[in-house]
Amino acid sequence: MTLRDFINKLLGRQPASATTAKQRLQLVLAHDRSDLNPELLEQMRREILEVVSRYVEIDLEEGDVSLETEDRVTALVANLPIRRTKPLPVHESNPDGDVHGEADPVWTASQA
Amino acid sequence: MPVTTSGSRSILICSGKGGVGKTTLTANLGIALARQGMRTAVLDADFGLRNLDLLLGLENRIVYTAQEVLSGNCRLDQALVKHKLEPNLALLPAGNPRMLEWLKPEDMQTIVGLLRESFDIVLIDCPAGIEDGFKNAAGAAEEAIVITTPEVSAVRDADRVIGLLNTRGIKPIQLVLNRVRPKMMANQEMLAVDDVTDILALPLLGLVLEDEQVIVSTNRGEPLTLNGSNSPAAQAYNNIARRVCGEDVPLIDPAKVRRGLRAKLGRLMQTKIF
Repeated sequence: MTLRDFINKLLGRQPASATTAKQRLQLVLAHDRSDLNPELLEQMRREILEVVSRYVEIDLEEGDVSLETEDRVTALVANLPIRRTKPLPVHESNPDGDVHGEADPVWTASQA
Repeated sequence: MPVTTSGSRSILICSGKGGVGKTTLTANLGIALARQGMRTAVLDADFGLRNLDLLLGLENRIVYTAQEVLSGNCRLDQALVKHKLEPNLALLPAGNPRMLEWLKPEDMQTIVGLLRESFDIVLIDCPAGIEDGFKNAAGAAEEAIVITTPEVSAVRDADRVIGLLNTRGIKPIQLVLNRVRPKMMANQEMLAVDDVTDILALPLLGLVLEDEQVIVSTNRGEPLTLNGSNSPAAQAYNNIARRVCGEDVPLIDPAKVRRGLRAKLGRLMQTKIF
């Protein structure tokens, strides 16, 4: 934040338009570069939240999955505040014993 | 004498968005390079909306075009239009817009290959957009200069083009920031130079200040670098040419262009506090 931005904020003015331009560009370029359409991104966001919430209770209101970009590298950034961990993982439709075998020790570790 | 790299170079001048200054840069850079002793060819690859001939003042001297060269109806040297005041510069005019129906990237490679045999540097004036015209032109270049203005639409389109150039393995890709208005930048009502270079992640080859003389010079068909003008844009184009030749020329600082109390206050207001 520059001194001008700070003064604008103090006076309740709009930020200088260059700051707005930069923020808008960064957002739109993150999407352009990833080549993901908004629908797919929304679907991915829902699925990520679904998977994570199987293991921990997350704050869906505060949670955010978005694309960020820096130096022409686009990253998927998930910011998911955890309310509390769930006592046991719920594997609803996964009869595969191997996966269970791998997953279980992780859970004991994280609960400890 | 210029510092030349070994072999001939082909440089694409592109922007994505139209109207940001590709053709003006090609014309001025072409003349400036020629004046430094480089044998320079400028190729108008914008077959749909050609204008390079007009900016160079050569529109009345075109006999043959790239089209006749490709179809074998004339030799390359017959189609090339030499600049009378700057004999180191030659223009290969764009052909008929109907060429777009059959022109392929290989055709552009053929033309540029021919030009490189007799010139030190070939500047390719790319059409706007990222469709076939761009692909044809980009296929014939080894290096690229991306030109943009500090506006969101131009920067966004430049980013698309840079992505495409990267996947083609074109390098170096360098940036020219055009139509910079120091006063608006100082008031933070225009994207800062650092903002644009950070976002596009390209090295800056040059900064061109907004300059009315550019319009005057295009009216006359005499590029600023030709008539020895000392206007801000002319200086910028000359500096870009020197950097293209490998010379280390410092960039201007738009904040220092303006003097006086207001300018000082503007700089103070730009201080990053956190």
